[in-house]
Amino acid sequence: MTNDFKPNSCPDSSTVAVDAPMLRRWPQEGWTRVPAWVYTDEGVYRREQKVIFEGPSWSYGALESEIPKAGDFVLTNVGEKSVIVVRDEDGSINAFANSCAHRGVAFCRQPRGNAQDFTCPYHQWNYDLKGSLKGIPFRRGYKGQGGMSPDFKIDGRGAQPLQVARRGGVIFLSFDPGVEPFDNYLGVMGRYFDRVFDGRELKVLGYMRQRINSNWKLMFENLKDPYHASVLHVFLMSFGLFRMDQESAVEMDATGRHSALISRRGGKADEAAAKEMSNNLRSEFQLQDSRLLDVVREFPGEATVVMQTLWPNLIVQQQSNTLAMRQLVPRGPGAFDLNWTFFGYADDTPEMTQRRVRQANLMGPSGLVSVDDSEVLAMSQNGLDDYPDIECIVEMGGKDTADTTHMITEVAIRAFYKHYIKVMGL
Amino acid sequence: MSTAMQYFSRLSAEDRFALDDMYQAYTATLDERRFEDWPSFFTDDALYRIVPRENHELNLPIALMHCEGRLMMNDRVVALREAVMARPRAMRRFVTPARIVGGDGSAGNPLQLRANLLVVETLHDSLSQLVLSGVYHDTVLRSNEGMGWRLSERLCIYDSLLLPDSLVEPV
Repeated sequence: MTNDFKPNSCPDSSTVAVDAPMLRRWPQEGWTRVPAWVYTDEGVYRREQKVIFEGPSWSYGALESEIPKAGDFVLTNVGEKSVIVVRDEDGSINAFANSCAHRGVAFCRQPRGNAQDFTCPYHQWNYDLKGSLKGIPFRRGYKGQGGMSPDFKIDGRGAQPLQVARRGGVIFLSFDPGVEPFDNYLGVMGRYFDRVFDGRELKVLGYMRQRINSNWKLMFENLKDPYHASVLHVFLMSFGLFRMDQESAVEMDATGRHSALISRRGGKADEAAAKEMSNNLRSEFQLQDSRLLDVVREFPGEATVVMQTLWPNLIVQQQSNTLAMRQLVPRGPGAFDLNWTFFGYADDTPEMTQRRVRQANLMGPSGLVSVDDSEVLAMSQNGLDDYPDIECIVEMGGKDTADTTHMITEVAIRAFYKHYIKVMGL
Repeated sequence: MSTAMQYFSRLSAEDRFALDDMYQAYTATLDERRFEDWPSFFTDDALYRIVPRENHELNLPIALMHCEGRLMMNDRVVALREAVMARPRAMRRFVTPARIVGGDGSAGNPLQLRANLLVVETLHDSLSQLVLSGVYHDTVLRSNEGMGWRLSERLCIYDSLLLPDSLVEPV
């Protein structure tokens, strides 16, 4: 057992400022227990926004292929906050707050487009592609009357800028100028990241969005929990897409904040596994139209599934031939938006694109697999809201936070909370 | 008559009633959870898709549900019955009378139709909520079995990219 957790003097409750000392105490057991209030407490939520999403972390923003030309922009979110990501004239990428330096108006209302500059509709304050303030109507007044104070300077003002990192066609953003370089931040997870983002040009295939009535962390934990996949997801189990008797692994980075579930598709379940899964396994399940699961190998190595969770807001989905970025946008303690961006590669054949479209039936708000998750997440939140004093048990696969080569484990959830406790000062 | 107000004189009153029957029967079949009957509203190789307006306008192929032919629809139904874990809910679909925008229903010239759609969902212990507001883009053929019409394509384009929770059933 490598559980060396020591509770600190403990932080926050609900009403006070995020910097005030917390009154909450993490359970003595450490990361094998998760107190329900981390999913329900408004004060904890506010603190997360401050120290996680606005702190020294890299949040997924967009794909470069969404903004190929100068002036192309998309709206995205870092934590709750609306952010504009735009391609500059020189090909570089800028990001800044979608909030006017004057009165705070969220001045960009188009989800995407092309612009030479941005102008707030309220008082026509004008910004360039870097988010720098360029013009203010009536700055000098009219006929000697009104106007801004003579000492008001435009230089250096603008929409709040964000740090931008790019890797393999993916754009990451940070509010914190002191954030570590992205490649360090990604750590050993880089090898799984680069497996999908291998330098080939990406092609967006479409978007889906859903608001799930659960805390954002529950979604993250869901992708760090291979245990549930072997008992909840009848569709995955029955077709051997992800099942406990298959060769698999759970890996984390050094901090525990990122993780990857890796697995290889297998045939029929063996006897022992089938017994454990007997409640939900449907071995007789046959597709009438097999094109739905006409899977082809497209990545090097044996793995057919790699699901990555990159702290604090990104899930990279590679299940068979369906690829997607799943971006988490927290919406209060009890809700988050899950923004799906499905993609393939610019050099995909039409057949491959069609395959990705068919396999997308498994994913999204109507996904034959993912509906199970969005539903169970909402049910989790119901139970946690009603019983905020309980402690969730995270002991499957032991108490430690080391990489494993099997699926009957909650190790990646423990590793996540090891990091979370540290960052949150709990 | 202006082009904004077209009258399709070639379609008989009987054909129009049959169309209306088909639309109403479709929603009733799903509202009443007779999912196994749902594919029978389509031709064998019909295309059924639910897509956000955003994808439609950007010409992006990903759909929430994508079925090429009745067999894929059957698979969706079996999965819905046997595989998907979802909270019990009542779903109700409200569809406007179909508006003919093209074709005449003859062989080789299928009818093109539009109809607006609202879907309302009610979960135990919750207020009813609007799941989506959208429009059907339909292509309809005369049924081979004689009376009535079959969908050879149904594209449900919904307005709000952001959906509440999940869209569990076909619409």
